[in-house]
Amino acid sequence: MKWLAIASAMVALAMLGMGVADEGRDASAPDGLRPGGTVGQSLPAPPMAGQSRESGREVLNYPEQPPVIPHNIRDYQVDLRSNRCLTCHSRENAVDAGAPMVSITHFMDRDKQVLAAVSPDRYFCTQCHVPQTDASPIVGNTFRTVDEVLTEALEREGGGQ
Amino acid sequence: MKLTRREFAKANALAVAAATAGMTAPAGASNLITNAELTRIAWNKAPCRFCGVGCSVMVGTYDGRIVATHGDNQAEVNRGLNCVKGYFLSKILYGEDRLRQPLLRKRNGVYDKDGDFEPVSWDEALDLMADKFKAAIREHGPESVAMLGSGQWTIWEGYAASKLFKAGLRSNNIDPNARHCMASAVFAFMRAFGSDEPMGVYDDIEHANAFVLWGSNMAEMHPVLWTRVTDRRLSRPDTRVAVLSTYEHRSFDLADIPMVMHPNADVVILNYIANHIIQSGRVDRDFVDSHTNFVRAVDDIGYGLRDEDPRQQAAANADDPNRWTEMSFDEFAEHVADFTLERAARESGVTESRLEQLAELYADPDVKVMSFWTMGVNQHTRGVWVNNLIYNLHLLTGKISEPGNSPFSLTGQPSACGTAREVGTFAHRLPADRVVTNPEHRRFAEEVWKLPEGTIPERVGFHAVEQSRRLRDGDIKVYWTQVCNNMQAGPNTQQETLPGWRNPEAFVIVSDIYPTVSAQSADLILPAAGWVEKEGAFGNSERRTQFFHQLVEAPGEARSDLWQLVEFSKRIRVDEVWPEALLERAPEYRDKTLFELLYANGQVDRFPLADMEEGYVNREAEDFGFYIQKGLFEEYARFGRGKGKDLDDFDVYHRVRGKRWPVVNGEETLWRYREGFDPYVQPGTGVQFYAKPDDRALIFAVPDEPAPERPDDDYPFWLCTGRVLEHWHTGSMTRRVPELHRAVPEALLYLHPEDAREQGIRRGSEVRVVSRRGEVRLRAETRGRVRPPRGLVYVPFFDANRLINNLVLDATDPISKQTDFKKCAVRLELVSLA
Repeated sequence: MKWLAIASAMVALAMLGMGVADEGRDASAPDGLRPGGTVGQSLPAPPMAGQSRESGREVLNYPEQPPVIPHNIRDYQVDLRSNRCLTCHSRENAVDAGAPMVSITHFMDRDKQVLAAVSPDRYFCTQCHVPQTDASPIVGNTFRTVDEVLTEALEREGGGQ
Repeated sequence: MKLTRREFAKANALAVAAATAGMTAPAGASNLITNAELTRIAWNKAPCRFCGVGCSVMVGTYDGRIVATHGDNQAEVNRGLNCVKGYFLSKILYGEDRLRQPLLRKRNGVYDKDGDFEPVSWDEALDLMADKFKAAIREHGPESVAMLGSGQWTIWEGYAASKLFKAGLRSNNIDPNARHCMASAVFAFMRAFGSDEPMGVYDDIEHANAFVLWGSNMAEMHPVLWTRVTDRRLSRPDTRVAVLSTYEHRSFDLADIPMVMHPNADVVILNYIANHIIQSGRVDRDFVDSHTNFVRAVDDIGYGLRDEDPRQQAAANADDPNRWTEMSFDEFAEHVADFTLERAARESGVTESRLEQLAELYADPDVKVMSFWTMGVNQHTRGVWVNNLIYNLHLLTGKISEPGNSPFSLTGQPSACGTAREVGTFAHRLPADRVVTNPEHRRFAEEVWKLPEGTIPERVGFHAVEQSRRLRDGDIKVYWTQVCNNMQAGPNTQQETLPGWRNPEAFVIVSDIYPTVSAQSADLILPAAGWVEKEGAFGNSERRTQFFHQLVEAPGEARSDLWQLVEFSKRIRVDEVWPEALLERAPEYRDKTLFELLYANGQVDRFPLADMEEGYVNREAEDFGFYIQKGLFEEYARFGRGKGKDLDDFDVYHRVRGKRWPVVNGEETLWRYREGFDPYVQPGTGVQFYAKPDDRALIFAVPDEPAPERPDDDYPFWLCTGRVLEHWHTGSMTRRVPELHRAVPEALLYLHPEDAREQGIRRGSEVRVVSRRGEVRLRAETRGRVRPPRGLVYVPFFDANRLINNLVLDATDPISKQTDFKKCAVRLELVSLA
């Protein structure tokens, strides 16, 4: 019953828009994406991450990974009328622009026939290619590329070649 | 490290020289891995772990690890393409904080609700769970235990869980998180057609020349299907794309007819289009006369709020909203006649000319039109009605069940269709469209499961939102969630979900692969295996059932949800949870465990390990001693065969890129209800909605009713919540992938620049967003990918540190009990200007 009383008081507080932080409700817990023991609290929002790292192109994790976008694309128009990305990344413009040409796969239709121009199903670039902010990871990731895993395995099997 | 081209060449030459001289080259210095070594990478198909599109991916594994993933060229759904999430599937299982052992809250060595998490053995965890379940059922009855599962459960996980609850524990209090996502679609399908899931398929895209998005941002939420729509639109310039939403989003980039409407105005617009079709004489009278009936739905149905809420008490038909009465075509015409173009434009804020263009896509008999919808329609206090209103347009014009003419309800989760809907893990359902309230359906299930009559309870169980309320009220004593994160995804977190879970009356178990906010709020955390760490099956939006093998081992002591359910069942004896009267009807079960009753029942355990495909591990089969996935699937498949839900043999699915049910004589079905496509249609009928007793689909007359909460002086903005392309649901997997996290690192408050200016907010300002239920602090974005109109703000729900569902009202569609996450009232308070 005591719990109910507390809960009702909390509801009243919330209804007044006074926030709902409550020590009693925030049982301890391991950290995840959210720090443990904070579910009942309203956390401050850190400043927005920077929108462009300008850090150069990144090595792919595996051959078919879409490269991330190493530059700012704010206000790029990609719609029915125009595709700003192709002004640098198209076959015709890539060399002059000093930009990588879109992959040959982008000229293939659904049946893998190569077309003369970029296939319409590849038109919206940001479905696969995303810019990178300067945000730090919240938790690490232990993925290892095929080269790393192969090298380890080869070494284990007999000290490499 | 950055090298110039010259430095790079020099470094490489050194490495080669070192190798030639017989010196040990540093690891990784050799610049060529030979083809023979690369071929040791095993490549296997698996459906993507994320949305309901059901793309197939190829998973490369080597030395027990996933080393690469890419689109599957052989898969008809996606033909080698993925979205950015799909391309990074290889990393989702490798977050550093994977849960590796069970964790229990303890104090002084014993379980304590107020204790701290400590590692425990599986035996300790499962024994305690069994004790808690048994005690609750003994003292408070089977309605005091409940489970929230998932549209991300594999088919056999959902089936095993549903059977455990509905037959073993005799509680229908099992529901999937798909309640939040697809329930409105399910109820509308059952009302209109008597059978769940779309009549059409994705192939419709390549046949249609008009697409209408009703509350769906496919460009971000179903990206690979959007590539197919884009392909059609750009390669066939006469194609038209209409996009209707309460704010501008990425799908507008392809729109010929872009429309931003006021929240809740869809009912008016849809009724107007029906009116337009009738007034302009474009009703397909032959089709309507032969294949449809007109009905009037009961109105004033409330908002699925708690009973004591005044809005609930004021509603005349809140108790029984899923009813209708017959009416004539003329009466229907009279009903929609009130919905004029002028009224639709006034109440929606969309211009008359655009509404008329939209209406013509349906009315013009020469246009093949495909309607798509997702959460804008389903997460709606009138979601079932809006689903039905869309079907109305296709039925009035006969534009249904044929290539290109297709009302297509998109699914959110990878197996919302395959598991939540087809297996029937909802609180009211049994497999293959059966329901617990129908005695014949219960009896059929009991016979398939070899159980005495009366085993399955008749009462509909607690749905997802009701579960949170019953936890808070102390009615649910033991609660188990798998493959979902309801503390973040459910509505009204601070007033309902969190107080419910932390209620001292409740023991809460969360199975997950990562420490989500749900796991953090639980009492017992069970470490789960994810995706290809187990053998699985998903069913996608177009009725396609797809299988995958276990390809890698789960870390530490993590075990699949199936393993957890079945191991748990070994710890409960039938006579510990069944009443005496039922035991007397089946005395042979008295001393059996639920494991023996449900899984080692001569059916589920009938396939030996030798049946497994060579070369694959299968942790569950090896532990239980039989091919449990095959046994569960084949027992389950009996429910759908001969009922228009036929599935092929188990082994077939491991070989093919999925098949669309009904699969009859090995052949999949593309267009249901149409002669020549669907083997269930009787010759000569042309079209037959055979799941209805008189073979006729229903066209519904519904009125316009207001939203339960609307902006006012205190809370002047609409809040709409949703997803972003880069993150899946609550972000528990995608936010642990560095590239996806860096792309969209935090949830932002998207608002109109003029609204920001008036509130003294700048881009980047910290803002407290407050509703009557709670608050969240966010940074303001006025130039982002989402462009709300004046008076509406948008916040995605993926961010665990900004729990936007603190603010969301737990109002539901009264028929489907699906939460409306798309509209409640909030105010904005500047915290710091930035």
